[in-house]
Amino acid sequence: MKTYMPSKFIVERDSARCIQCQVCVNQCSFDVNYYDAADGEVRSREQNCVACHRCVVFCPTDALTIKNNPLDYRENYNWRPEIIEDIIKQAETGGVLLTGMGNDKGQRIYWDHLLLNASQVTNPSIDPLREPMELVTYLGRKPDKVELERGTLKLKTKLAPQVKLEVPVMFAAMSYGAVSLNVHESLARAATASGTLWNTGEGGLHTNLYKYGNNTIVQVASGRFGVHSEYLNAGRIVEIKIGQGAKPGIGGHLPGEKVSAEVALTRMIPRGTDALSPFPHHDIYSIEDLVQLIYALKEATNYTKPISVKIAAVHNSAAIASGMVRAGADIIALDGIRGSTGAAPKVIRDNVGIPIELALAAVDTRLRQEGIRNQASVIISGGIRNSGDVAKAIALGADAVYIGTAALMALGCTCCQQCHTGKCAWGICTSDLALTKRINPEIGARRLTNLLRGWSIEIKDILGGMGINALESLRGNRLALRGVGLTDTELEILGVKMAGS
Amino acid sequence: MKDITRINNPYGEDKAIESCSIFGMMDTTGKRFSGEGIIKAIANMHVRGNGLGGGFAAYGLYPEYADFYAFHIMYMSPEGKTDTECFLKQKFEVVNAEELPTRPTITIVNPPLVRRYFLKVKKQECREQSEDDFVVNRVMDINTSIRDTFVFSSGKNMGVFKGVGYPEEIGGYFCLENYEGYLWTAHGRFPTNTPGWWGGAHPFNILDWTVVHNGEISSYGINRRYLEQFGYKCTLQTDTEVITYAVDLLVRKHSLPIEIMAKVFAPPFWDDIERRSQEDRELITVLRQVYGSLLMNGPFTIIIAHQGEMIGLTDRIRLRPLTAGVKGSMLYLSSEEASIRLICHDLDETWIPMGGEPIIGSLGKPLKSKETTLAGKVA
Repeated sequence: MKTYMPSKFIVERDSARCIQCQVCVNQCSFDVNYYDAADGEVRSREQNCVACHRCVVFCPTDALTIKNNPLDYRENYNWRPEIIEDIIKQAETGGVLLTGMGNDKGQRIYWDHLLLNASQVTNPSIDPLREPMELVTYLGRKPDKVELERGTLKLKTKLAPQVKLEVPVMFAAMSYGAVSLNVHESLARAATASGTLWNTGEGGLHTNLYKYGNNTIVQVASGRFGVHSEYLNAGRIVEIKIGQGAKPGIGGHLPGEKVSAEVALTRMIPRGTDALSPFPHHDIYSIEDLVQLIYALKEATNYTKPISVKIAAVHNSAAIASGMVRAGADIIALDGIRGSTGAAPKVIRDNVGIPIELALAAVDTRLRQEGIRNQASVIISGGIRNSGDVAKAIALGADAVYIGTAALMALGCTCCQQCHTGKCAWGICTSDLALTKRINPEIGARRLTNLLRGWSIEIKDILGGMGINALESLRGNRLALRGVGLTDTELEILGVKMAGS
Repeated sequence: MKDITRINNPYGEDKAIESCSIFGMMDTTGKRFSGEGIIKAIANMHVRGNGLGGGFAAYGLYPEYADFYAFHIMYMSPEGKTDTECFLKQKFEVVNAEELPTRPTITIVNPPLVRRYFLKVKKQECREQSEDDFVVNRVMDINTSIRDTFVFSSGKNMGVFKGVGYPEEIGGYFCLENYEGYLWTAHGRFPTNTPGWWGGAHPFNILDWTVVHNGEISSYGINRRYLEQFGYKCTLQTDTEVITYAVDLLVRKHSLPIEIMAKVFAPPFWDDIERRSQEDRELITVLRQVYGSLLMNGPFTIIIAHQGEMIGLTDRIRLRPLTAGVKGSMLYLSSEEASIRLICHDLDETWIPMGGEPIIGSLGKPLKSKETTLAGKVA
């Protein structure tokens, strides 16, 4: 069938600069650039281009430019180009439209409507270059109060397991298979170097990476891929994945093309088979079933590790979160509508779930109203872009955040949304050995460590500017935030006042 | 569910920001003395206030009524008085009620009526609750639901006198030279974003706990949200209110000693904690993990007092001044040393405590001298 899909991008090659070296040919994994031997010239099949910029960055003479194809349709607000093209694709394939990365639609990004406070005159700001500034965060269940042995200063209270973070930013769950082993190793090494944690995602943990266990969150999802006793005990935290912001309500998708020998071994599934985790956990059909899984995992790890439960942010997250805390979750992870994925049905990604800012505000408020906020730490993810977003998330009530997309961008990702194809030219979201070696774990770890270092310094600047020297004084401190351009209802849900008031 | 937006400060819903002078003096033998000295001392720091609030707390004030809760209540309208007295009669046995004696003072304009009541809790009213909890709840009731009424103080054998004006004017207005107590604290206020109102002046009180405070708690938002989980209603939007409730929670409800409370409000830095003995390290780590939301961040000096005890404390990097002085059994705490020297010429010693280090004076206990407290810090 002839495709009616037009090219999305134009590859411009400056012939005055091009030296026909074919680097672009070798770098492109989407089969765009090719060498025409007859003409002795490098050419492009533009219809394949995804604008990942791999060729642009690696062209030694800067000869390449990628441009949007200015393919103007007759203007129509309803039938926009993306919608027309989605219909064309489905008419030609008859399938579910798959996509990668997070929701790219224009739902309001609340971070951009929240502004932080600073000290002026009545309280001094504190200079982090000259004074201590503390970002240390402990994740885990906290009791209502501390008790001492009568008449002494000896502790009577014994705390549930606590996990220390030097910086309140962790790497989000990205499974082995969705991303490559080199990406996992980069994340693990960076987390170890930065005093934070990374998350295995639902695909198990490669045996080479067990040595980073102290900085690892091991995930248990509905597919139970790679879950066994040694795996559970290798991590610092065990996370039950109920849902994911990019695809609330549905299971994981790993196309068989990405299930290489090593991936198959780690996941404990046959090589080349699709790894589709079921929509629900088939042992969790209600909240009392969640209690059982939480305690099964606590038993399996001898009560030495906090148990986290991750859900997608949906309409009644606050009530669900309250139930999760009462079910014994030590950590609640909320993933918002902009949360990313290696592969998801486009219609789910773009239409299901709610923004993380609103979910976080609602959950934190509800847990406080019920007097159980201290019983679980709250981690959020789904579109955290920079240290400003982190500070705002903490002020809204998060204990820490997960970053996924931002971490991959540190490794080279340009958000071309082709993760589901397994062809990632940057070698991130693929198991093609020719591509995965493009990530060098040592350099990858350095890039990620640099990112976290930069963000921590910025968060310290933000704290110092507010005149506080410990992150816990910002946590849940919504007076540190003001809203701009928001309705009364939005402000009320966020628990934030309008700027100027 | 709790209404988390309720407020009782009629002058705006913003957090009150202020700067101030504070002074405290205590005779640890329990010998009572008049308010004359403390008025003189706080007047010496006149320029640290702006005439929009001054106040005093005194302990050992009503020995003849020592077993009854002494309520000082301010009324801004006659209806407030009628409603409140009706409410008090329902809930308490009113042993004595009278207007606080005052002296007309030219600078005190439109003073509200302030009356004192000696109350006994009706057993049938408080049921399972402890008397203290019952009293706290009734004070919250009055402050949040009876119009034009505010409870200045509600403890036994103590009282708070406060209002709009310079502290020396307030002291004169309430004739404090005629009262005697073994422990006095005083406050001169410099509010920057609320017009002064009588309820907003310091000291702030619940039961027999009082707090005078200089500074701004930058962590106010979370301190308040944390306390609301425990049922405290922060209706005044002041830092001082939050500190007072935090003291009540930690010391009265959670039975933690004062030193531990100081470590919650102004904890050592993590780097410092790492260097401590294992036992110390575990204790402070747990305190920070559990009570991180009660860390009072930002500049403050506070003098906290309750029956038999006075505590001075600054924030952990000492962004507000505090000087301690000792003469025999007398402990002085002040924003400025000059004020102490004005009323006690021959101090045994004075010193500036370390940030986050509590200075504690207790009835019947000898005062710690500078050397031991400093040595403790270094160790």
